[in-house]
Amino acid sequence: MQTTLSNSVLNSRRSFLKKMATAAAMTAAATMFPGIMFAEEQEKNLPKGGNLDWKKGPCRFCGVGCGILVGVENGKAVAVKGDPNSSVNKGLLCVKGYHQTMCIQSSDRLTHALVKKNGKYVKTPINEALDLVASKMKSTIEEHGKDSVAMYTSGQSTIPEGYVASKLMKGAIGTNNLDCNARLCMASAVAGFLTTFGADEPMGCYEDIDYADYFITWGNNMAEMHPVLFSRMLEQKNRRGAKIIDFATRTTRSSTASDKSILFEPQTDLAVANAICYEIINNGWVNNSFVEKHCNFSKGLTNIGYGTEDKFSFTDKPEKIDFESFKKFLEDYTPEKVAKYSRVSVKDIKYLANIYGDPNKKVVSYWCMGMNQHTRGTWMNNLMYNIHLLTGKISQPGNGPFSLTGQPSACGTAREVGTFTHKLPKGVVMNPAHRELAAKIWKVPVERIPSKPTYHATEMFRAVDRGDIKFIWTQVVNPLVSLPKTSRFRPGMEKESCFVVVSDVFPTPTSDVADVILPASWHIEKSGLYGNSERRTQHWDKMVEGPGETTPDAWMTIEVAKRMGYGDLFPYSEDNHVEEIYNEYRQFHEGKKHGMAPLEVLKKESGAIWPYVDGKSTQWRFNSKYDPACKEDTDFDFYGKPDGKAVIWQRPYEPAAESPDNEYPFWLNTGRVIEHWHTGSMTRRIPVLHKAMPHAYVEFHPEDAKALGIRNGVNIKVSSRRGSCVLPASINERGLPTKGQVFVPFFDENMLINDVTLDAFCPISKEPDYKKCAVKVEKA
Amino acid sequence: MPIKSYLAHPHDGKKEVLIQAISQLSNCDVIPAENKDLLIIVTDTNDKIEDEQLKEKLEAIESLKLLAMVSGFDAPKNN
Repeated sequence: MQTTLSNSVLNSRRSFLKKMATAAAMTAAATMFPGIMFAEEQEKNLPKGGNLDWKKGPCRFCGVGCGILVGVENGKAVAVKGDPNSSVNKGLLCVKGYHQTMCIQSSDRLTHALVKKNGKYVKTPINEALDLVASKMKSTIEEHGKDSVAMYTSGQSTIPEGYVASKLMKGAIGTNNLDCNARLCMASAVAGFLTTFGADEPMGCYEDIDYADYFITWGNNMAEMHPVLFSRMLEQKNRRGAKIIDFATRTTRSSTASDKSILFEPQTDLAVANAICYEIINNGWVNNSFVEKHCNFSKGLTNIGYGTEDKFSFTDKPEKIDFESFKKFLEDYTPEKVAKYSRVSVKDIKYLANIYGDPNKKVVSYWCMGMNQHTRGTWMNNLMYNIHLLTGKISQPGNGPFSLTGQPSACGTAREVGTFTHKLPKGVVMNPAHRELAAKIWKVPVERIPSKPTYHATEMFRAVDRGDIKFIWTQVVNPLVSLPKTSRFRPGMEKESCFVVVSDVFPTPTSDVADVILPASWHIEKSGLYGNSERRTQHWDKMVEGPGETTPDAWMTIEVAKRMGYGDLFPYSEDNHVEEIYNEYRQFHEGKKHGMAPLEVLKKESGAIWPYVDGKSTQWRFNSKYDPACKEDTDFDFYGKPDGKAVIWQRPYEPAAESPDNEYPFWLNTGRVIEHWHTGSMTRRIPVLHKAMPHAYVEFHPEDAKALGIRNGVNIKVSSRRGSCVLPASINERGLPTKGQVFVPFFDENMLINDVTLDAFCPISKEPDYKKCAVKVEKA
Repeated sequence: MPIKSYLAHPHDGKKEVLIQAISQLSNCDVIPAENKDLLIIVTDTNDKIEDEQLKEKLEAIESLKLLAMVSGFDAPKNN
């Protein structure tokens, strides 16, 4: 009897695994070949449960924020499937999402604290390691002042993790030396939102996809970076005939799945966007009543620099202008003039302008790193808004500019909690009222919160190199793979002058230089909250126990704070700190403009979109039909600005910080691939993903490869003025760069392309440009 | 006792031929996409050797252009 039962269980388990394998393949097919369809009866046959306990949460990888269900059996996560109740992904996942929990079983998981003693890492009890971190942080402050210590966190930190890091640094210690890796991906989007609207984050939501007639993607390979959203777009293409236009510097899977691909010379997106505005105005396509009622015009400083020198400083000086001045400025950007240097034909510029200018077509523009990682990233974001504001195509279902995020909580944690040097959970450190609110909720003297921002990410690691920062604690982040110009920052962090604490799940090139390595809990081994690209806050409960002495980052921060004497500011309990912190944090955003959903709602639902007002998510901000924060007597109210008007900015084309020349004749563009999450520390430990994309490569245009006698797989040395990297050549495989450009993905710690990149950044947002520098290539 | 799934890409115009060829193999299910030239293959074998032999047979099919593994499970099997 027992054998029969056991056989039955095994058969059931085996059948279940077969269905899982089928589902994985279908999902991979759907994300790698968007729009693919299988017979309905085969879809129905997908696993529905087996003997597993399915627990809900958001996906760990990317900013889309797909809902996942994690199948737990005997305390182990054994399966992941898309949450059919999540309006984000409606049950669909990409290959990364589907296999995400496989990394936690990796044999080199950091399970205990490691302290470097006499050059060797020694396994140390977690309490002893936290004692050391606290005493070192305290003694460094006593000896060198509070601005000698720093924390560098992440857009993958949970909301509670970001919150306690901010409270420790700004509220308890009293330094603004806190920044995060969202500086490397979203800072230009934030600066764009703030300068144009006075309020951060997109006004629309993913439901825009169901209404738009056109999707125009700007430098954004959504098929690989936001595959589930791209699948939703393709579904609308197939079902309703919606059109996708891909505007990029490289032909990608997104380009080939789009209705039209338009390629441009790097950096000239600024000029093309202005040319579109020129066409809109000169063809009489301006929505005059919208612009008159809801927009102002401004210009800022020009020739603003690139930040490549240490301690670079820039402050813009906005100046109001009128519509006629703006129109005159655009005369330098006729399609004919711009076509000469953008490599975009006059016909294609006019084609794009026509789409935006047609009052009967709904248009959503999507962008992510292409526009943000740009030495004029803030300007480029402003120009995108100019197009939508001039035509009034904004804040309506199917009409709007939509800045996508890269990380799962770049919005929820980095931007909303505010783990940037200049930010507070509400507002900025420069604003006395915002400091007062933070001091009141944190129960600290207001004068303790400094009013001046200190180091943005790039400058923070320059300060480590210079010896100005003498203690740094990194959490959920791998800067020695992800920063630009790591060739400077690796030796900088190795210097004796700085005590380095790295909290992570796996060993990385960053933990290799640490004095103390703290073993962090992975995503599902702790409770938490993330906030995605569409302002959706999502909660999950701890699903499985972590191995050894792994501990949530929030709790490690709290333990260090207590050891430093700040226990009264961190009165949270170990079992319930996530809920206690979230409830404290919610006070910052009370009100109709940014109200956050109560935790009990988030526990039940697959997330809620803020502003959450009277039990309802607000899907389209600034439109009085949907947004209760708008003034009653108006159709649109850009209430982030005191007068309720958005700003149309006059922003010119300016060249990149470094362009190809005789010595370094190629553009270098860097980015991601669908199989790997950022620096690969997790996805390279997932066998399926690692096998699918085992190492980085350098993509060539076939004509360049032919001229140089380069064949697929041949090792190539890519060199810049900063450093070099050897990678195999890739021709006509994953992507196709334009002639004169090479592309390298940055996920591979064994092929560190960021040794080659340039640490130039947007002077307003301080976000580095990973998409443009000059390199030479030769057979290795 | 491996269970694996693959994406199989046929050569141009050879999708039906490939479906037929895979259907001849035991321990192997094939699920064709309806609107793309792509098949899903799910294999269910008794041990590693059998699994490798089956993969070799798959790779030897002339109408197959590319075989890419998506997932693999090593599951206990009822004997």
